[in-house]
Amino acid sequence: MADAAVLSTGSSVAEGRRRRNWVPYALLLPGLLWLFVFFVVPMITLASQSLQEGNVDDGFVFTGNVAVYGQALTTYWPQMLRSLLYAGTATVLALVLGYPLAYFIAQKAGRWKNVVLVLVIAPFFTSFLIRTLAWKTILSDNWVVTDWANKLGVTSVLQALGLTANDSLLFSPFAVVMGLTYNFLPFMILPLYATLERLDPRLLEAASDLYASPWQTFRKVTWPLSLPGVVAGTLLTFIPASGDFINARLLGNTQTTMIGAVIDSQFLRVLDYPLAAALSFVLLVIILVLVASYVRKAGTEELL
Amino acid sequence: MNDKSFDRDNPVLRAALLRGMVSRRSAMMGAAGVSAAAFLAACGSAGKNPSSGSGASGTASAARTAAAAKDMSDTEKIVNWSNWQEYIDVSEDGKSRPSLDAFTKKTGIKVNYTEDYNDNDEFYAKVRPLLEGGTDTGRDVWVSTDWMVARLIRQGYVQKLDMANIPNAKNLEASFQNVEFDPGRQYSLPWQAGFGCIGYNTKATGGKKIETITQLLTDPSLKGKVTLLTEMRDTMGLVMMEQGKDISKFTAADFEAALAMIQQAKDSGQLKGFTGNDYTDGLAKGDIAACVAWSGDVASLKVDSPELGLTLPAAGYTLWTDNFVVPALAKHKKNAEKLIDYYYDPKVMAEVEAWVNYIPPVAGTRAAVAATDAELGGNQLIFPSAETLAKAQVFRPLTADEETKFAKAYSALTTA
Repeated sequence: MADAAVLSTGSSVAEGRRRRNWVPYALLLPGLLWLFVFFVVPMITLASQSLQEGNVDDGFVFTGNVAVYGQALTTYWPQMLRSLLYAGTATVLALVLGYPLAYFIAQKAGRWKNVVLVLVIAPFFTSFLIRTLAWKTILSDNWVVTDWANKLGVTSVLQALGLTANDSLLFSPFAVVMGLTYNFLPFMILPLYATLERLDPRLLEAASDLYASPWQTFRKVTWPLSLPGVVAGTLLTFIPASGDFINARLLGNTQTTMIGAVIDSQFLRVLDYPLAAALSFVLLVIILVLVASYVRKAGTEELL
Repeated sequence: MNDKSFDRDNPVLRAALLRGMVSRRSAMMGAAGVSAAAFLAACGSAGKNPSSGSGASGTASAARTAAAAKDMSDTEKIVNWSNWQEYIDVSEDGKSRPSLDAFTKKTGIKVNYTEDYNDNDEFYAKVRPLLEGGTDTGRDVWVSTDWMVARLIRQGYVQKLDMANIPNAKNLEASFQNVEFDPGRQYSLPWQAGFGCIGYNTKATGGKKIETITQLLTDPSLKGKVTLLTEMRDTMGLVMMEQGKDISKFTAADFEAALAMIQQAKDSGQLKGFTGNDYTDGLAKGDIAACVAWSGDVASLKVDSPELGLTLPAAGYTLWTDNFVVPALAKHKKNAEKLIDYYYDPKVMAEVEAWVNYIPPVAGTRAAVAATDAELGGNQLIFPSAETLAKAQVFRPLTADEETKFAKAYSALTTA
């Protein structure tokens, strides 16, 4: 009797487990379907498009022309390299600017926390384009910022560093990196905030009890514990920044063109679809390789 | 009578209209492919606009016809017009467009006027996927440059105009009538013609006038503050003329030499960038010190910014026409035709000219302008003398191969 009862409960548990087994997969289905339709299918289309030949008048035909990849790399490697360099610089700048701010919001802001957080997110209420155009006005030749930068000698320093070409700030590598940093800063701050907010103050107390200096506390406790936020923030900044085409176009000149702008004009102005598709793939692969090696090095696979 | 000395049989202006871009020979070569494409299209999706995606068909397909939509003109009193910036009369306060308002008052048709035509290639890239897919572009009429009109007709993306709705078309200047890109003017009517030239802002150049293309591309005081047009025919035309070439018969070598000159300027950091019609804002502000510009734009910007200057280079300058076309599947074709008809009244065109400063294609405009403003009648940008026109040159038609090759080389320069 007892045995039978045990047996029967056992089998019903097993049955329940079996029934529940497919539930997670069923819940995955909409997401997978979404990814298939809006990611996998476009990827395949893009791949096939990159191997087509032709022109707009005659139409494009699939010829398996792999040479286009070589052409994409040999013609546009400077823009490719420049994009990675600008995005990298902007990411480092965003980290330097964003970390103290995120720390402040998470640990010190007290009842102002929510207000400051809203302020960080506030720029998202206007469009990306408008925010970048605003920089065009801010850095314009006939405005106070450039005037003061000239008076204080900032422009000559920037010029000596090769970040601007003349006595204006606009249309220079400086302006582009500024724009990128500004536009992607919230993507750095928010993940940093999320990890720093979970930082247990008792650990910091313990560190100081054990005679750690503030710097040692930061290096041995705060920084390692915030690494997941740092990795997430740098990725969220670096990846979109390296593909960005707005900042370089609005704030740069012909010597600051980034690969995103090249792809954009190849797709939308020149209508050389195969080359544009090939460029997109090359960029994709380069970023994948960089990100994979970065994450490996940071040793935080399990944190992502 | 002055009118006549200006337009009738003016060889240069006539040549401007020959800028049909794909030469007759290549149009013929395309014809064979077209019938096959038409056949394929007939087998395939009927009712859809024949697309260019059907594989290796001809380049120049005069046979493709644009699909017409059911015309809603009588029930919906609107017309959607896409045009370039600074290309129509604006009231003193900048808030309304008097000639459009007068049109609405006269006909009851509301005009949704959008300035989203920044560059021929860019606009084409925007509407082509819609036209190819047989979808309405949401526009009833727009203004394309001569060579682009040739392409639109060739691909069957624009509809024939119903001249019964445009009685004023009789006012079309004789020199604009028979053009190679649209023989007999079945698909298009010109809106304005004008020159490619140099524009500059003396505030940003330190009071200096910019007189030649060489100066524009090499003067160190302009470093990083020069823009060129993405419009290949104007930029390359001006540079080739600076190098002493005749752009009505230039060779591939001439083209390359001009490209090299621009490349050099680019490598030296002289150029800020390549622009469509959106250079106007930067030029007026002084962020752009000097640029390749369109004559009327600079002239009309000058009204508000007197520090601007305009040079028609002594080495020669380009001449082009922009034309009204009605796209396939436009919902308000008749209203669009009424709009064109309205602007073909010399009195209306005269009002527009006082503001846009381009060359009007409507006979009698000069007399109408002179009646109100004698000074304007002598404006060389609006009513160029034989002397002014003598130095204007017209970019020769390109074969399909050349068009692909040149456009690719030029875009490699502008996009990277």
